[in-house]
Amino acid sequence: MRISELPGDEDGGVTCRTYVFYNESHTLGNALKCIITRYTDVRFCGYTVPHPAESKMHFRIQAHETPALEILKRGLKDLEKVCEYTEELFEQEINEFKKN
Amino acid sequence: MSDNDNKPKILLEEFRLKNAANDYGLADEIWNFKKFKKHFKIVIVRIDGFEMEFDLIGIQPAFANAFRRLMLSEVPSMAIEKVMIKNNTSLIQDEVLAHRLGLIPLKADPRLFQYRLEDAAEGTDSNTLEYTLKVKCVNNAAKTKDPHKTEDSYENSNIYSSQIKWHPIGNQASTYKEADIGPVHGDILISKMRPGHEIDLHMIAIKGIGKDHAKFSPVATASYRLLPDITLTRIVKDSEAVLLQKCFSPGVIGINSEGCAYVKEARYDTCSRNVYRYDKIKDAVIMSRIRDHFIYTASQLCRKRQSYVRAKFKSLSNSCLVFAQSSDVPETISNMHA
Repeated sequence: MRISELPGDEDGGVTCRTYVFYNESHTLGNALKCIITRYTDVRFCGYTVPHPAESKMHFRIQAHETPALEILKRGLKDLEKVCEYTEELFEQEINEFKKN
Repeated sequence: MSDNDNKPKILLEEFRLKNAANDYGLADEIWNFKKFKKHFKIVIVRIDGFEMEFDLIGIQPAFANAFRRLMLSEVPSMAIEKVMIKNNTSLIQDEVLAHRLGLIPLKADPRLFQYRLEDAAEGTDSNTLEYTLKVKCVNNAAKTKDPHKTEDSYENSNIYSSQIKWHPIGNQASTYKEADIGPVHGDILISKMRPGHEIDLHMIAIKGIGKDHAKFSPVATASYRLLPDITLTRIVKDSEAVLLQKCFSPGVIGINSEGCAYVKEARYDTCSRNVYRYDKIKDAVIMSRIRDHFIYTASQLCRKRQSYVRAKFKSLSNSCLVFAQSSDVPETISNMHA
């Protein structure tokens, strides 16, 4: 299991959720938060690593209307795009650098 | 006027930082991938020997830090994980010796190997490398040279990483060459011995990541800083110019033939705020850093492995992909927690 949902938000609709990421920490948490806070519909987004000895990362999303799960998926896809583009550009620059 | 005038700056004033990343601006922007793509640039500055310097320009601090963290802890490399000690009569204890051996960087390309499962009893040629080290220190029979030099009076008084021998298993002998598999440096001192001391070891190297143990980290260090920018607001001449030059790192401020100071190369300034100690020149300088221009320096352990940086981007995008797929199902899993 790599991801689950923290209980407690069931009554408040689908727009607010806390997800638990297993075996992840600040690397993914902060980068993902950076993207998701910049979405127009998001009211709040934050992450925490509750205890340094447990490899878990809690990720909180509160939105006005969009379901939190949708926002999470969109965030992950956007971050993936950023990484892929960075990789592509880096490869290109390295090749260019080696030519000269 | 410099090219940096229109870029977002964090101002290093005498008693405070103004316009830090979270103050205003950067954090309020709406996310737009196209805009990111348009502004994002990578510049490779230098690759010499084991050091590499490159710039990521137009990127959020969160991504910059994520990439640094990935380089350190999530890019795989090969390292010695298990040491079978058949004989060790040297002064260095078994466990200390094993730890030292683990830290020796290996040339083996991790992309050619797979992760070994934790419960696998036997390694295969696709996930394991085996090495041996068998040395005995004896008196040098022909005491020809200087008897006060230990290297001349004893054989094998120093054990170096070059004495580690690779033992191919399975198909490895035909696929790899010894020169591509052994230790990166041949001159790493493993232990010192005296006559009668003996070391006989069998070592097993596997693929791992820095999160598990620092020995698997492909970089020695990886760090980033923001590009410094220095602007002179008025003419600084003669003795004042010399004083100004002294306030910054060597090579940052130049003095021309008329005795006027100018900013030669702000990039390698350490951004110490020495200049604010002198009342007569502190009004002449605006010190700042470009907020979205990150200068990375990474010293790699193996010369051949510039690819590690490439791999780091892959690693994050892979983990995103995994989560993007697995986030389809958290609703069902949540019931278990409730």
